[in-house]
Amino acid sequence: MATLLFLGRLADSLGQTEQSCDLPPNIRTSTHLRAWLDERHDLNGVLLEPTVRVAINDEIISDPAPLSNTDVIAFLPPVGGG
Amino acid sequence: MLEILDTPFDPSAALQQFTARASGSGAIVSFTGLVRAGAESDTVTRLHLQAYSPMTERGIQAAITRAEDQWDLTAITVMHRIGNMAPDEPIVFVAAASPHRRAAFEAVDFMMDYLKTQAIFWKKETRISGDRWIEPRAEDYNDANRWDGATKEKAL
Repeated sequence: MATLLFLGRLADSLGQTEQSCDLPPNIRTSTHLRAWLDERHDLNGVLLEPTVRVAINDEIISDPAPLSNTDVIAFLPPVGGG
Repeated sequence: MLEILDTPFDPSAALQQFTARASGSGAIVSFTGLVRAGAESDTVTRLHLQAYSPMTERGIQAAITRAEDQWDLTAITVMHRIGNMAPDEPIVFVAAASPHRRAAFEAVDFMMDYLKTQAIFWKKETRISGDRWIEPRAEDYNDANRWDGATKEKAL
């Protein structure tokens, strides 16, 4: 099972902060996952925005990055503190 | 030194502790960021800060190391709040100490630009009119970009 995390405003878009799911065999990269989740949750492209970055097991990746079904995959909208 | 805190902190106590730690330095510069209440007609009642550990800590630590490599610092500290805050509460405290003032001023300025635009935090304001996620302004990104040149100049 992969763990998906939705940070910041994405938790509001998805209506959840976290979900565990088995990645279908055709979802092999971060690019596939963005498109698949976006469609599944009717997000109208929110997860396709280039400013939304993906971290796999706590490392920010560049799309398309390979996924495995045990990864923790976090979706990070633009950041900023202070 | 880095502390991510989920309860309020006292910036004057933090400065006092830092001053003791930086004893012997010629200069100390500190910055405290506070929650803004905003316009009276639609005032902020709460600010929520979210982090993603351990990426948040790792990123800030890397920025601290970059500041230590770039400037002649004798000490540097970052304290950053997460969780819920009320207007006028401190969100962030950054202090740097150095033999001479310029290094400390620039290191604090650099750290704040990093924290505003690159540190892994998300901010949500609760106003009378509702909730809103806050993202950095174009100005914040422009400020942060100033340091790319500074690093390159040093590398050359």
